[in-house]
Amino acid sequence: MNLILDVAWTHVRSRARHTGVAVAGVATGVGFSIMMAALMQGSQDDFVRMLVNALPHIAVSDERRSPPLQPAEQAFDAAEFHGLKPEVRRRGIKNPLATMAALEAWVPGAVAPSVKVQAIIRYGNRDTGASVIGIDPRREANVSELPTQMRQGTLASLYRATNAIVLGDRLAEKIGARSGANLTVQTSEGTCINAQVVAFYHSGIRQVDESTAYVLARTGQILAQQTGLINELRVRVNDPMIADKVARRIESDTGYKSVAWQEAHEDLLNAFVIRNVIMYTVVGAILLVASFGIYNIISTITHEKARDIAIMKSLGLKERTVRTIFVVEALIIGLVGAVAGFLLGYLLCLALGSLEFKSPFMDTNRLPLAYNPWHYIIAAAVALLSSFAAGYAPARKAAHVHPVEIIRGAT
Amino acid sequence: MSEAPAAATAPFAGASMPLIEARKVTRILPGVVPTTLVHNIDLEVREKEFVAITGPSGSGKSSLLYLLGLLDIPTSGEVLIKGRSTSRMDEDELAVTRLSMLGFVFQFHFLLPEFTILDNVALPMRALGALSADAMRERAAELLSSLGLADHVDKWPDQLSGGQRQRVAVARALANDPTVILADEPTGSLDSKSSDQVFEVLREIVNRGKTVVAVTHDLGLAERMDRRIHLIDGEIANDGASVGDLA
Repeated sequence: MNLILDVAWTHVRSRARHTGVAVAGVATGVGFSIMMAALMQGSQDDFVRMLVNALPHIAVSDERRSPPLQPAEQAFDAAEFHGLKPEVRRRGIKNPLATMAALEAWVPGAVAPSVKVQAIIRYGNRDTGASVIGIDPRREANVSELPTQMRQGTLASLYRATNAIVLGDRLAEKIGARSGANLTVQTSEGTCINAQVVAFYHSGIRQVDESTAYVLARTGQILAQQTGLINELRVRVNDPMIADKVARRIESDTGYKSVAWQEAHEDLLNAFVIRNVIMYTVVGAILLVASFGIYNIISTITHEKARDIAIMKSLGLKERTVRTIFVVEALIIGLVGAVAGFLLGYLLCLALGSLEFKSPFMDTNRLPLAYNPWHYIIAAAVALLSSFAAGYAPARKAAHVHPVEIIRGAT
Repeated sequence: MSEAPAAATAPFAGASMPLIEARKVTRILPGVVPTTLVHNIDLEVREKEFVAITGPSGSGKSSLLYLLGLLDIPTSGEVLIKGRSTSRMDEDELAVTRLSMLGFVFQFHFLLPEFTILDNVALPMRALGALSADAMRERAAELLSSLGLADHVDKWPDQLSGGQRQRVAVARALANDPTVILADEPTGSLDSKSSDQVFEVLREIVNRGKTVVAVTHDLGLAERMDRRIHLIDGEIANDGASVGDLA
């Protein structure tokens, strides 16, 4: 074995108890870091999955991000307007079928049309505001998880009645509507229809389940008082992570406002960033505390081994060699601690994953955990880095030991 | 004893020069009251000499040995090894010079307690890295055998007597086949029988062409060496005189 490794290993091995405590410190830090990372990322992934699946990945609406330029603005560098009355344009996406066909030609996924109307749903003496979305049930299956989220009935039930409506389970609960109930849907334009509840759905996102209802596209067009109206294209991409890029291109190609799920939930995603910063800070703090243990043990060894260091230096070992010996000792502790921490972290994850929770606010009854090798790699890297940092100072001090002072002291 | 590792004496040349030379060497320990350990020492040590450094306690014997052995750096003056000044050498160069050209034996054996006898002897060879692992072990075993310790190679230092440990320390000092062995009170902690054994080992080393410089307070032992340097208050009071003359 290499001399440095041999001496380092002999030192840490001969102080089994001290070494064990330091290794346990690192292992605890690494283990809990892995567990925390698995828990945080697991819950984040689960939440994002829910967000992504609850709605289409991209919603292309008939709005524009900014109002169209006035002729004067196009002609002059600066123009000021007073009492400008915006032009009333016909609502909806122009030539929706042609637009859809154009998108389907390059979008890696599927496109479905919809009509979105704000309405008041009234049942008995209870009424509530809701988004009523007119869809094509056959195409909808390609762009959202709605067919799999159905409770009591299927999406095809929309074809069963003249003005069939599918309610979110919380919305139905709020107004007290059951399957088969006849309710009134009234828009701000004054259109009012009677609709029959044919099914419920449950997306898992309270806000959606409480305020969204689905009807057939033609029913939506009746509510919007515009035949053939399509005011939203719903797009699902094969890889949800590229939704923002696809949305930008759609917007640039069509001019219509295209909102990817990342943009729609930007505040939540930003919250995840903060959450991750907090998580890694806590993980770093845990490993920092563990590194104090390493610092302690290496300092103790260098103190106890002062005479041996003096002897090695008097024999002719270079300062660098002596320093490396003690840094390697710290790294050995860090490495063994990291490996033990892997096992501890994995077992903690298994234990957490086996716990069962029953909560009315959660669909799942087990903690979502992510088993990601990067958690292990990062935890080990931080452990080794902190081990190195913890070992370096005492190692440097040991390397600077003046052999004569120790030898004089010993004699 | 076996042949030298090839790289042992490579950095130096010039056999006719003194092996170790001290020129106006002074060592002062800094402090509120600076302490002069040795003052204005001029000294040459040549090949095959068996030199005793004697003197009363606090006369600077060990300090002079540490300066000659490059373990300490003079406050003024310089130490030359084979004609080459060491005053401008950095820590690494000094370490390599100690490793390849000088062997140390201390009053207390100073063996590493967590290593076997064989590993202790092999340590300087491993640090120098001039031999293969097998060759190192072979040479370490030979050295121990030549010092009567063939049966103890796999033992731990605390399993040996004081005299045996000191012989192991001598074997370790010889590991890289150094030009000079520097011994600081090598018999200081031993009984008379063990002292004689260690002295005979040192004599044998000189007979085989090495140079030995030993600090001792034992005037009887010093009398049996070839040259005696007597220090008083950090200065050479006499160089070459017999113990009788010093008394």
